[in-house]
Amino acid sequence: MSRLAQGGLIDRAKPLQFTFDGKRYSGFAGDTLASALIANDVRLVARSFKYHRPRGIVTAGSEEPNALVELRDGARREPNSRATTAELYDGLTAESQNRWPSLAFDAMAVNQLFAPFFGAAFYYKTFMWPKAAWEKLYEPMIRRAAGLGRASELPDPDHYDKVQAHCDLLVIGAGPAGLAAALTAGRAGARVILVDEDFRLGGRLNTENVEIDGSAGLDFVAATEAELRALPNLRVLTRTTAFGVYDDTYAALERVADHLAEPAPYQPRQRLWRINARRAVLAAGALDRPIVFGGNDRPGVMLAAAMETYVSRFAAAPASRLAVFANNDAAWGSAFAAHDAGVTVSALIDTRADVSPVLAAKAKARGLRVVLGGRICDAHGKALTAIDIVAGGRTERLAVDGLAMSGGFSPNLQLTCHHNGKPVWNDDIAAFVPGTPPPGMSVAGAANGSYDLGDCLREGAARAVGALADLGIAATALTVATATLNGTAVSAFWHVAEARTKAFVDFQNDVCASDIVLAEKEGFRSVEHLKRYTTLGMATDQGKLSNMPGLAIMAAITGKSIPETGTTVFRPPYTPVAIGALAGHHRGKDFRPTRLTPLHGWAREQGAVFIEAGPWLRAQYFPRGAEKTWDQAVNREVRAVREGVGLIDVSTFGKIDLRGRDVGAFLDRVYINTFSTLAVGKTRYGLMLREDGFVMDDGTTARLAPDRWVMTTTTANAAKVFQHLEFCAQVLWPELDVQLTSVSEQWAQVAIAGPRARDVLARVIDDPATIDNGAFPYMSAMETRVMGGVRARVFRLSFAGDLGFEIAVPARQGEALARALMQAGAEFDITPYGLETLGVMRIEKGHVTTNELNGQTTALDLGFGKMAKKGDFIGKVMAGRPGLVDPDRPRLAGFKPVDPNDRLRAGAHFIAVGAAATTENDLGWMTSTTWSPTFGHALGLGFVKGGTARIGERLRAVDPLRGGDVLVEVCNPVFFDPEGVRLRG
Amino acid sequence: MLITCPYCGARDAHEFTYLGDAELIDRPDPAGPEAEAAFHAHVYLRDNPAGPHRELWYHGSGCRQWLTVTRDTRTHAIASVVAAARPEVAR
Ligand SMILES: [Zn+2]
Repeated sequence: MSRLAQGGLIDRAKPLQFTFDGKRYSGFAGDTLASALIANDVRLVARSFKYHRPRGIVTAGSEEPNALVELRDGARREPNSRATTAELYDGLTAESQNRWPSLAFDAMAVNQLFAPFFGAAFYYKTFMWPKAAWEKLYEPMIRRAAGLGRASELPDPDHYDKVQAHCDLLVIGAGPAGLAAALTAGRAGARVILVDEDFRLGGRLNTENVEIDGSAGLDFVAATEAELRALPNLRVLTRTTAFGVYDDTYAALERVADHLAEPAPYQPRQRLWRINARRAVLAAGALDRPIVFGGNDRPGVMLAAAMETYVSRFAAAPASRLAVFANNDAAWGSAFAAHDAGVTVSALIDTRADVSPVLAAKAKARGLRVVLGGRICDAHGKALTAIDIVAGGRTERLAVDGLAMSGGFSPNLQLTCHHNGKPVWNDDIAAFVPGTPPPGMSVAGAANGSYDLGDCLREGAARAVGALADLGIAATALTVATATLNGTAVSAFWHVAEARTKAFVDFQNDVCASDIVLAEKEGFRSVEHLKRYTTLGMATDQGKLSNMPGLAIMAAITGKSIPETGTTVFRPPYTPVAIGALAGHHRGKDFRPTRLTPLHGWAREQGAVFIEAGPWLRAQYFPRGAEKTWDQAVNREVRAVREGVGLIDVSTFGKIDLRGRDVGAFLDRVYINTFSTLAVGKTRYGLMLREDGFVMDDGTTARLAPDRWVMTTTTANAAKVFQHLEFCAQVLWPELDVQLTSVSEQWAQVAIAGPRARDVLARVIDDPATIDNGAFPYMSAMETRVMGGVRARVFRLSFAGDLGFEIAVPARQGEALARALMQAGAEFDITPYGLETLGVMRIEKGHVTTNELNGQTTALDLGFGKMAKKGDFIGKVMAGRPGLVDPDRPRLAGFKPVDPNDRLRAGAHFIAVGAAATTENDLGWMTSTTWSPTFGHALGLGFVKGGTARIGERLRAVDPLRGGDVLVEVCNPVFFDPEGVRLRG
Repeated sequence: MLITCPYCGARDAHEFTYLGDAELIDRPDPAGPEAEAAFHAHVYLRDNPAGPHRELWYHGSGCRQWLTVTRDTRTHAIASVVAAARPEVAR
C-alpha cells in the first residue's frame, strides 16, 4: 500500500470499495478515484489517444489530460470522466478506455512504432485519397483506433435541473483569495454566492502546510466556512464550476449527485445555475505546468503541485523514490512536503543556477540532494523506473519510480477571456495574467498572478470591498496580520533540448515537441494554425496544460517572444458540460409544455385519438365500434354532421377581448375589411396582412357591446397576432382608445354543426327563443346564459360550412357544456368529431387554413381581393406592388379528379394537358386534398394561374416525387353549399 | 442578458421577444408622396450598425409593453430602455 500511515483529509473510519477494470480496491471517504488508485499503487490508468502509450495520473484537478475513464456502467456509463475529480463512493466502478484488448497490453501501441508517419496533420495528409475510401475504410478505422471512451447509448436515466439566481457578488473559487472576498462581502450584508468546483472549500489551503495569523491554514478554512454558512445572505455552492461568462450572466454547473452511486429519487444529477451577478471576483487559482522532456508522459511523472496534493490532502504517496524537476520555488515546497510525509526524495533538480538561501537551507536541513542548473532529458520505463539528469556537462541515470515536475504556474484566467479579453504577458512570473476582464469582474489571488498567500488574502478582501463600493455597499476588508511567506520566484524554462526520446506537449492529443517543429517548417506558425494543424490544445482539457509550453516552443523556434507569438482564445465552457445539463427538463416529451384544452377530459371519455398540433394535444377522431382505420371514423363523423349534428372542441383558437371607444377604427386598420360599421350583436370574418402585404392571419371578430369586441385568431398564430395588435395599439396608434386582453385560456369553446344544431342548442341555452333564425341569423353574436345561468357567448358561425353555432363558456365549465350538448343531442345521434373531420369539411366548404395562409399568399391570391377597403390598413401599400397584383400569380381554386377513383395529393403541380412536366410549364400547386364522403370522390384546393377563371378546364396534377399524374378539373373552391343555403338555414 | 424594463425592473432577456429596428415605430404615411418607396424602405431596409442600435423588444412574459432598447451590438451593453410608444401622442 502506498497509503501513508497518517495525515490527509480522508476519513479512515469510512472505507469504500470500488473496482477499476474489474479489479477490486478500497479507499476512504474523502478520496477521489485518482487518489484511491494512487493509494492502491495503480499507476497505469489510460492509453493515449493516438499512440496508445501507457499513461498515468498527471494532475489532481479538472485540468487532467490523461486519467480519463469510463465511470459507472449501464445507462449511467460516462466516458472521459476525470479520475482526478470523481469522488469515491462505495461501489464505484470505472474502466480504462481507448485500449484493446487490455490496459497492460494494448495492440494499438504499435502505432508508436509508426510514429514517423503519425506526425502533425497525419490524418489530413494520409486519408485524403481516394475519396471513396474515407467513408468505408478510413473513418471507421480511425474511430475504432482513436476512441475516447464509449458512450452508454442508452437513454439517460437521470434528470437535470436549471435554476436562476441573483446576487450582488459572485465569488468564483474558495481558496484563500475567494474565502477572503466572500467573508468580506458576506459580513457587509451583500448578497453573495461562493462557488468552487471542489467538494471542499479551501483550495491550496487543503494542501499546503501554512499558517494564517498564527493558526493552521485548515483551521482558517474551518472557521471561515462556519461563518460563511451561518450568514443568511451568503450561499455556498461546492462541486460547482463556473464555466462561462455571458451577458450579465454567469453559468455554473453544480454536480448535485455525481458523488453518489445514483441520485436520490427526485434529486437531479446536476443543476445548471444561471447567475445574474452585479459584480464578480474571480479567484480560481493557478495551474502547475509540465516541462517538455523525453518520456515526460510516462506513468509516474506528474505535476509537483499534484504530487503535493496527493501526499498532503489524500495521504497517498505516488512514489517510493521521488525526484523533483522544477524551475520555481513552489516545487521546493512540494518536495519538502513529500519528504516530511515520509516519501524518499532522491533528487531535487532545478533548472536555475541559484535559488534563495532560505530554500537551500531548508533542503539542507532535510538532507536532500539538490542539483542546480540541471535538467532531466529523458525518463524511462513503461511505468517510470529511471531518469537521465543532465548537469555540468554530464548525464547521470537515477533510479526513481516517481517524478514531480513543475514548469511554473499559469493563472486560471479563462473566464476573464469570455468577453474577448486578451491575457497580458508578465515576465516576472513567466505567465499570462488577466487583461481586461468582462464588465463587473475583478480578479484576485493566484488567478491574478499573485502567488504569495498573504497577497492572496489581502487581494481577495480588497476586490470585494471595491466591487461592493461600486454598488454603494460599504464593506470592511478582512484583515490578516501574518501569513506564511512562500517563495514565488520562477525562471522561465519550457523544453529540454537534450531530449532523445519523444517529448510531449499535449498529453491527451499526443502532440510532441517535434510536431511543433514540423508545423513551423510547413508554415503553420500562427498559434491558431498551429493548434488546428497539430491538434495542440484541442482535447477535452482545452490545452490547460499544453498551451503554454506549445506557445513557448513555437516562440523559441521562430525567435520571437511569447507575447509576440500570441495566446489562444479561451471560450466557454471552462470544463466539459453535459448536454443533458444544458437541456435540463426540456427533453423528450418535455421539450416544450404539452397544452391540453379545457375539454381534454371529456374528449378522453369519448375515446378520442389525440394528435399533436403545435403545442396542443387535440382530438383527431373518435373511433366507434368496429372501426379499424381512422378514415372509417372520419367518414362516419362527416356524414353525421352533414345529415344530423356534430360537436367539436375549438378552444385552441386564439381569443382576444378588445375594449375602448376606438376599437372599430383600430380593427379597420389591422384588417383589410371594414369593422367599424359592424352592428352590436354581429360577427364578421376578417383578414389581416403583414405590413409587407402578405396574409398574416384570419378569423372572426364579434361586437358584443358598442365598446366591447371579441376576436378569434387561428390556433397557430394566437400569440403572434396578439403581440402584433399590442404593437399597433401601443406604438403605432397610441391615440386610439383600445385595450387588449388575451382570453384564450379563459374561455372554452365548442362548435356544433349540422342541420340539427339549433335543436340541440335550444335544449341547452336558457332562452331558446333567442336563437330562432329570425332573431339570430347567420353571423350573429350574443352574450347569454346556458345550462341554467352559466355565462356564455354564442356565435352563429360554421367552419364546417353547415348550420352551426360556437358556444364559449368559462374554461372550467367547458366539459360540463360538452356533456350537456351530448345529452341534449342524444336523440339526434349527436357525434363528437375531431380535427380530421374538420379538415375534410373545411375543404368541402373551400375554407382556407395554414396550408393556404402560408406567409407567401396575398388576399388576392386567396380570392379575398374584393374585401379590401379603400382606406388605409396594415399591408395595404405593399400589397399593391406590381408583382403581387400580377394577374398571372396563381390564385385559389378547387380541384376534383376527372376519374372519381383517382386520389389527389397536396404538393402536386398543375401542368396543361399535353405540356411537358417542366418548371417552365408549372401553373401552380395543390395545397390541400381530401377524400370527401359527401361527394364520394377526392377534392383539392390549390393555387393555379388564372384561378377560378379556369373553372371547367382540365389540367394534369403531377407529383413526380410520388409518381402521381392525375387529370383534374378546375372548380369553384366552395364545393359544398356554394350558395350558403345551409349556413343560413 | 438583463433588460431593465421601465415598468418591471431588471428582467432576464428570456422574458422578452425581439422584433427589430426601432425605425418600425415610424410607419410611413400611406397617403404621402412616394408611399410605396417609403413603405419599401420601412419594411425591408435596415442599418446593421456595429455599435449602439435602437431596437424593439416586447415584454411578453411581463407587463406586455413594447420597449425601445438601445443596445450596443458589439458588447450587448444596454444604454437605455424606454416605452416604445411615440411620446408626442402617448396618453
Ligand atoms: Zn415589463
